[in-house]
Amino acid sequence: MSVAAIFVLVIAGMLVTGVFFFQATAGYLISQIRDKIDITAYFKASAAEEDILAVKDEIMKTSPNVKSIEYVSKEQALAFFSDIHSDNPVLSRALQEVGDNPFLPSLNITTNGEPAQYEEIANILQTSDFGKLIEKVDFAQKKDTIEKVYSITTSINIFGIIAGIILIIISALVVFNTIKLGIENSKEEISTMRIVGASNWFIRGPFIIQGVIYGVAAFLVCFLLTGVFAYVVSSKMTAILPGFNACSYFLAHWWIFALTQLGFGVAVGAGSALVVVKKYLEV
Amino acid sequence: MIRFEKVTKIYPGNSADASPAAVLQDVSFEIKEGEFVSIVGKSGAGKTTITRLILGLEEPTYGDVYFKGKNLRSADSSEIQDVRRSISGIYQDYKLLPAKTVYENVAYVLEVEGKSYHEIKEEVPKVLDLIGLKEKSENFPKELSGGEQQRLAIARALVSHPKIIIADEPTGNLDPYNTYEVVYLLEKINKAGATVILLTHDREIVNKLGKRVITLVNGRIIRDEAEGRFII
Repeated sequence: MSVAAIFVLVIAGMLVTGVFFFQATAGYLISQIRDKIDITAYFKASAAEEDILAVKDEIMKTSPNVKSIEYVSKEQALAFFSDIHSDNPVLSRALQEVGDNPFLPSLNITTNGEPAQYEEIANILQTSDFGKLIEKVDFAQKKDTIEKVYSITTSINIFGIIAGIILIIISALVVFNTIKLGIENSKEEISTMRIVGASNWFIRGPFIIQGVIYGVAAFLVCFLLTGVFAYVVSSKMTAILPGFNACSYFLAHWWIFALTQLGFGVAVGAGSALVVVKKYLEV
Repeated sequence: MIRFEKVTKIYPGNSADASPAAVLQDVSFEIKEGEFVSIVGKSGAGKTTITRLILGLEEPTYGDVYFKGKNLRSADSSEIQDVRRSISGIYQDYKLLPAKTVYENVAYVLEVEGKSYHEIKEEVPKVLDLIGLKEKSENFPKELSGGEQQRLAIARALVSHPKIIIADEPTGNLDPYNTYEVVYLLEKINKAGATVILLTHDREIVNKLGKRVITLVNGRIIRDEAEGRFII
């Protein structure tokens, strides 16, 4: 029974740790996506360069959330395209057939903030006087990507929290029953303690300590498993999320993991024990 | 010191069709400090219920039990624990702590009283030596004979230098030699000033003692004599 109690505490503790780890990776992922995603405003082919640069200055002045704005002329866009696809004869031939430079001048705008801030800038571009210069604003697809990441993160967080709560309840019940069984097995011993005048807490104490020991044991197993897990998945996660090292993250935040797992284990273990002794150990 | 005033104890029947059982009926007596009192009666006469009422493990259905002038009915749990700490019990089934060694069983009572580690280390070996169990201090109760277990129970009762000892059928599981030894020890404790309440159905012991005898029949006191004999 004791092993079962520690086992469910470890499972619940690992789930709590998993949610914690997931928060870190999701946060990192979102920040990476934010850095990579920008708004591209394509200007009409007829728009003069000084007008476009005036738009750039205006946006820099009016929008404090703008991190950077890069002007890409028609020529730069063509050169960039040709450079990337220099080894693709089909595309090169297609460009030659078009004859004229088909690319539009553009402004690549990057902000520091939330998806809502992208929308705010897109609105500035479309509704002000700049609208007549602008062919289109490439924003919608990027907005979807960010919102999708947010939505997935939120869903996984909600799932983690619900599963965590269920597992916490299950582990509390298992600890509860383990200690209750211990009390029932020690009925005679407890009655002897009573008749020699042991106080309530003198009798209850060992059972609460038992709950605390379960919590501490579960913490030790959880902490060890988290370390091993971080080490094992580190290289695989770096391949998916370049720049994110699970092992380094664990080493940098080990005390937060330790406090969370210890706090969780002891709170559930001692809390369940406290409820049992209050309910079943009336002295 | 201990006073029963018109005490009646009725246990409800265990099953729906079982009628309530009156184990004690209108029982009144007083035990003074330093007395040696034998409460005698056949099995089921209500002797153990008297022990449980004195220790506050039960409440009387009617009447009141007083300990040093305090009505136990109105005592809170810490006062009840104080009562239990000031009374040492010796029981037929020994009531030892099976998971603790001989030493730990005796030490437990002192721990409950809040004695320091040094006091415990000093007191426990003395009592074990007196009772002849010093060599077995690391043994567990199940490794002892019946007589040794009862001696351990007595050691536990003595270690806190109690003012009152309740011995509830202390010789029930013992052979004549060990019975004599236990009774001799109780007399010695009484001579040293402790109040001893002996609950027994052993005619021979009671008649040999020649002390106060309260006789219970079917939950009622039928006799209370200063130098009584076992007559039922």
